[in-house]
Amino acid sequence: MADVSVDKKALIEGERPIFNASYGKLMMWFFLVSDAFTFSALLIAYGALRSSSVSEGLAWAKPENVFTHFPLAYEIWHLHWPLVFVGLMTFVLILSSVTMVLAVEAGHRKSKKEVGKWVLLTIVGGVTFLSCQAYEWYHFINGNPDGAYLVNVNSLNGIRVPALDDLSLVVLTPEHAGESHEHGDVTALKTADGTAITNPDHIKAILKRANHWHSGVFVLSAVDARKLNISGLTKTISVQVYPVKDTEGKIVGIRLNNGFPISGEDVVTPIVQAASKTDGGANLKVNEYGPPAFADLFFFVTGFHGTHVFSGVVLLLILYLNVQKGTYERRGHYEMTEKIGLYWHFVDLVWVFVFTFFYLV
Amino acid sequence: MSDTGAETRRAIYRTALILTALTTVEFIIAFTKQYYAGWFGISESTAHSIVVATFVILTIFKAFYIVAEFMHLKHEVKRLAWTILVPFIFIVWLIIGLISEGNYWGKQASADQPGTSKTEMIWRS
Repeated sequence: MADVSVDKKALIEGERPIFNASYGKLMMWFFLVSDAFTFSALLIAYGALRSSSVSEGLAWAKPENVFTHFPLAYEIWHLHWPLVFVGLMTFVLILSSVTMVLAVEAGHRKSKKEVGKWVLLTIVGGVTFLSCQAYEWYHFINGNPDGAYLVNVNSLNGIRVPALDDLSLVVLTPEHAGESHEHGDVTALKTADGTAITNPDHIKAILKRANHWHSGVFVLSAVDARKLNISGLTKTISVQVYPVKDTEGKIVGIRLNNGFPISGEDVVTPIVQAASKTDGGANLKVNEYGPPAFADLFFFVTGFHGTHVFSGVVLLLILYLNVQKGTYERRGHYEMTEKIGLYWHFVDLVWVFVFTFFYLV
Repeated sequence: MSDTGAETRRAIYRTALILTALTTVEFIIAFTKQYYAGWFGISESTAHSIVVATFVILTIFKAFYIVAEFMHLKHEVKRLAWTILVPFIFIVWLIIGLISEGNYWGKQASADQPGTSKTEMIWRS
């Protein structure tokens, strides 16, 4: 074999033989692929735990009940605006992605002044996003100052609160004949307290009204359960409500966990009396919103994403200083803007997925 | 050269507009989704499935525009684009595998201990 001489400089710095991309950009892409795998694993873990939680009896938190705080609107007027703040955060991040790609474009024209301007605006966007996240974490951790109440709907004998009825669900676990899992072959329906319903006509009537969840259980609204005369359920339905207090600390109303307000002393007082109190807020062991895994994953996934945003802001600051010092002007190209831009867009891309699966679904 | 720059900037603003529009649609759905059940006689769980599917499709569209335009992958050589995209079939496999696994864990849990105190805290998810 003859000696094959390899021009290492050409390999590393820019003959661009295979992918027509520089070594630096290529490595940034490969890093981003591996990072995307990490984020995918976290989000898929979220999906797996969430889809397992329903039939364990501890249903997942409803994001629109959790993320309701908006600066000033909450602090001054105690208003709850579900998901509005996270919408603002999403918009800020998309905007910062736009300014970033404009910086890259200005870099192609080697316009030092414009690159500096757009990079600076991107930094402003990143810092704004991080501040928003701090605000959101603060309220997630502290939760409702008065904690929440868990109300057993059926303990409110005689008091009809339609909105409460709408919220509560009755879960029925089917038993099948043999190995068959067809709806028609359900031989018994077991309520949460163990009572079995075996009358075929009764089962047929229930299945007609019930929703079949993909975890295999059937779910009825409390209203339907009452209509269908399912009596073995009297201890199973609990919903979360939040007290609304006046300036003197007296409970004047309650807010359901879907944001629905209820007032009127004749309804509020017995509900609060029948309820058991839980502490507000969230930590890694318990939270007021749903199963512990919900808060754990919230902290880990949004925290991991926030760390990425923070790293991006640091990289952008270094980029900005180097642009101002004229480092890239001397180098003859602004490729560093493209590489950091790739990273920044990736952070935006991850947020698109986090936003959908944490806040919308 | 300055002409091509203007063309690029137009493409950037167009992409930004598309991303904003898709996010706005997601928000409209998020705020109105509670009213969909009952339209055309669809049940609550069907409505929920349709909403989730719509969110996922819109998210994939947004991801496409970010990767293709902002990250410029559409304008790189095809070899590079495929090298980056093909590994994600493993993620598709992981999604299918773990979501059905999660359902199985849930079923096991409810089969093991029907009617324990855990079931006392049921609210709509």
